[in-house]
Amino acid sequence: MSDTSHGTGGLTFDKTKKSWPSELNVLLALIIIIVIFEVLGQVLPYMNDQSFLFDTKDRFDSIFNEARLKIIILQVAIIGIIALGVSQVIITGGIDLSSGPLVAATAMIAMSFGQTELVNGFANPKALFGAWAMDLPVVVPVVIGLSFGAFIGAINGTFVSYFKIPPFIATLGMFLICRGIALWWSSGNPISFPTAQFQAIGGGMMPVFWFLSLAVIFHIIMRYTVYGKHTYAIGSNEEAARMSGINVKRHKIMVYMIAAMLAAFAGIVLSAKASTAQAGMGEFYELFAIAMAVIGGISLSGGRGSIIGTVLGAMVLGVIRSGFTYIKLDGSYQLMAMGGIIIAAVILDQYRQRNKV
Amino acid sequence: MSEDIVLKTTDLTKHYGGVHALEGANFELRKGEHVAIMGDNGAGKSTFVRQITGVEQRTRGTVVFDGTEVNFFGPIEARESGIETVFQTLALADHLDVPDNLFLGREKTKWNWLGPFRFLDYKAMRQDTLAALEKTGVKIPNIHNTIEKMSGGQRQCVAIARTASFHSKLTIMDEPTAALGVQETEQVENIIRQLKAQGEPLILVSHNMRQVFDLADRIVVFRRGRICANLDIKTGDYTGEDVVSYITGAKTGAEYEGAA
Repeated sequence: MSDTSHGTGGLTFDKTKKSWPSELNVLLALIIIIVIFEVLGQVLPYMNDQSFLFDTKDRFDSIFNEARLKIIILQVAIIGIIALGVSQVIITGGIDLSSGPLVAATAMIAMSFGQTELVNGFANPKALFGAWAMDLPVVVPVVIGLSFGAFIGAINGTFVSYFKIPPFIATLGMFLICRGIALWWSSGNPISFPTAQFQAIGGGMMPVFWFLSLAVIFHIIMRYTVYGKHTYAIGSNEEAARMSGINVKRHKIMVYMIAAMLAAFAGIVLSAKASTAQAGMGEFYELFAIAMAVIGGISLSGGRGSIIGTVLGAMVLGVIRSGFTYIKLDGSYQLMAMGGIIIAAVILDQYRQRNKV
Repeated sequence: MSEDIVLKTTDLTKHYGGVHALEGANFELRKGEHVAIMGDNGAGKSTFVRQITGVEQRTRGTVVFDGTEVNFFGPIEARESGIETVFQTLALADHLDVPDNLFLGREKTKWNWLGPFRFLDYKAMRQDTLAALEKTGVKIPNIHNTIEKMSGGQRQCVAIARTASFHSKLTIMDEPTAALGVQETEQVENIIRQLKAQGEPLILVSHNMRQVFDLADRIVVFRRGRICANLDIKTGDYTGEDVVSYITGAKTGAEYEGAA
């Protein structure tokens, strides 16, 4: 058992060759990107020797520019929550495009049960329902929002596994349906003035707290539980998973439900943070969530990647967005550059696949 | 005598439309017996295996396994009742490592009250994997390597170790060494000898005459969808040439006269 020096069939193996976790590549990329922005801050003439990461003006107690760090992680936290779910779907070999509009639809639905009756002593001007739906305990909007997400996810999963519709098409349909629901729910009007309890869900650094806690929970689930193992197995070889007695259809529905519930929760947090819900919320969120997963090393062909990778991928995207703002790059260039980075990440993924690194 | 019989098929028949791929196969397998199935391409060997393992539904006939008549609707059902099969196409998940694949779909777990989120008992599975590899004599340099990094022979060994490490009532291997090199073939043959020593019955589909004479107790020859010979090579005096003449149709077993 301890004799591992020779292999099968006369082949010899270099047992010192440890496999290099792909998460380290992402971490390395993250560090390189930070260094590039740091250098640009020194080199670009209009930057006046600013620092990207460090506190050069003695505004904070620590050596870091805490304000920027907070913004970076706060910016990615809500989309990051979606990315945790989308990662699981991609690991099964699927894709979920419906999450952005689902964020909007859930925000509208949850907020309409989380409104307060009196605003500064006057009746809530944005009230959707009558007094019966006002000042409800915070669990009511949260449970309704998550149930809506679970329902949408169950439909996605059913279409994918029982009706054999390609995930791209099934969730693209749901993308439009959810945007329609978001518009229909209040006839296009924003829903505002939530209860203090509801607002607290998204107040301050709460989105970051939710993102990191959920990341830890789903890291443990994906790495150490039967659910996680079967998710990887299905993405790796669906036929083998079926032959091994895994109920592939049921499992896929569960994965799509969990992903949609995470997107729904992101919608709740977003509306609480903004204190308002609008039908146009969450635009491009599904694409940024997929980008985080792909940058983080989740393979679009399934079976490969990890939640840690997705969290790092989210950080990469956050640092790039913040860095572009820092070097005063126009928003339009930011979108173009980010598109290029996503394509580069996919090319890298294919390269990794071919070379089985 | 009948209590000794693990598997018995009577008049097992499979037609694909007008093609009679398998016709009236009467087959018996006793406890601890290793039977080789030989025959030309298209003689009905794989068809026979597919009817027993429930991959396909038979046209006619009965299968009695372990004393009861069975009618499997799929390979999973067959496996649950104790028939382990190594198919020509390997059913392994490429991105997972050896213990994950060995225990896929039947993981060892703890905290089972967590339902689908119950925790994997990695330690127990690792120990059992090492024990299973020890038992089967398979050497794999690092069991935490993923399958995609392994050679064809190692993959085959993992697939067979997977089959052999669960106490099955019957193991079926469909040309397990067809794509392997000399030393890899030897490893697989060692696993088969281990199964023999443990008294686990086996059906081996093979084209390799030397291998069959080395490993099997009995050879059943298929020709044009029918069984045409049943040769007890441990007691009877048969040579490879005899078997070849049965396969090609130069000879037919006495009890099968007029069959093919």
